[in-house]
Amino acid sequence: MSDIRADMTLADPGEARFGDFVALLKPRVMSLVIFTALVGLLVAPGYLHPVEALAAIIFIALGAGASGALNMWWDADIDRLMKRTAKRPIPAGKVSPQDAMAIGVALSGISVVMLWLATNALAGFLLAFTIFFYAVIYSMWLKRATPQNIVIGGAAGAFPPMIGWVAVTGSISLEACLMFMLIFMWTPPHFWALALFMKSDYHKARVPMLTVTHGRKATRNHILVYTVALVPFALAAGFTSIGGPVYLALALVLNAMFLQGAWAIWRRGEAQAEADGYATEKRVFKFSLAYLFLHFSAILLEKGLVQIPAYADFAATLKILELF
Amino acid sequence: MAITREHELHKRRSGRNVGLALTLICFIALVFGLTIAKVSGGSTLQAFDHSYRPSLDPDHVRFQQR
Repeated sequence: MSDIRADMTLADPGEARFGDFVALLKPRVMSLVIFTALVGLLVAPGYLHPVEALAAIIFIALGAGASGALNMWWDADIDRLMKRTAKRPIPAGKVSPQDAMAIGVALSGISVVMLWLATNALAGFLLAFTIFFYAVIYSMWLKRATPQNIVIGGAAGAFPPMIGWVAVTGSISLEACLMFMLIFMWTPPHFWALALFMKSDYHKARVPMLTVTHGRKATRNHILVYTVALVPFALAAGFTSIGGPVYLALALVLNAMFLQGAWAIWRRGEAQAEADGYATEKRVFKFSLAYLFLHFSAILLEKGLVQIPAYADFAATLKILELF
Repeated sequence: MAITREHELHKRRSGRNVGLALTLICFIALVFGLTIAKVSGGSTLQAFDHSYRPSLDPDHVRFQQR
């Protein structure tokens, strides 16, 4: 006897490929989580056995994936309406919402407990809080309630480097907070630049994005304000143990470029943006990805460079924030 | 009656099962590796066993090192 029925189609939920379940974990978001958590873990003072470090990264990534699955389960109704998300496993009919929720809950529990066992309780707690923050605070509450959803919800994406740091040290320090703030303050201008050229999607789904509730001019203002507010945090990291001359030089250039991009977005009117197909907004959005990647790369590079004694002596003179 | 023709759905299920099997094997390997790493880490795993051993007392060790 077979459980294959004549009326079954390839699109029947429950007959997903393994890859559909992987897609549920938002692998692209996961790659950013892995990278930033890895940097936090590698630059933290202290020692973690390589297997423990590998386990920490895997379970932080798995926790992020779990919150992604819970987000997809909760947002399946609005994901159907947006072009960018319509092909996700649930709206595409490949994975049932119940399966997505079960996977999200199961992976959340496994990742938190395993991270705790592999490293320490604070790291496990922070991962649990991150999953809760993304799935409940952001997805279930803020996303559909306020145009500031991205601002507060961005905290969920900002935790991974802090968790990586805590996995090694067992405590939260100024450096971990600055890495957190770097991503936290970067998220709003990054997403609002996207929202400017993906306007019809958010509008269709009635998600209260700033572009929908306050208009596009207000969104441009917000991008500029948040980019200005981001700069001090990005530069401050240069004066701590994770920074140094190379980081500081790169941060100066990148922040000047990001500010210039935000300024260019602010100056433009809607007619001008529509005329060139939102070229500036798209350019700034792409640049924002490189901005974050290069900041964390520079933090990692500094960790390598301080192994050179002469460089370490020079870098030490910059680390004035360590005094506090 | 035995199934003689393979349906596309069988391939999907097979792929899913193989994927799950590999995931579980990786998880087991990771837990095993973690266990080895924790055990080889050493001294802190010597827990309380109802008799005082100065070598496990950090204060005593610090005192000895002075």
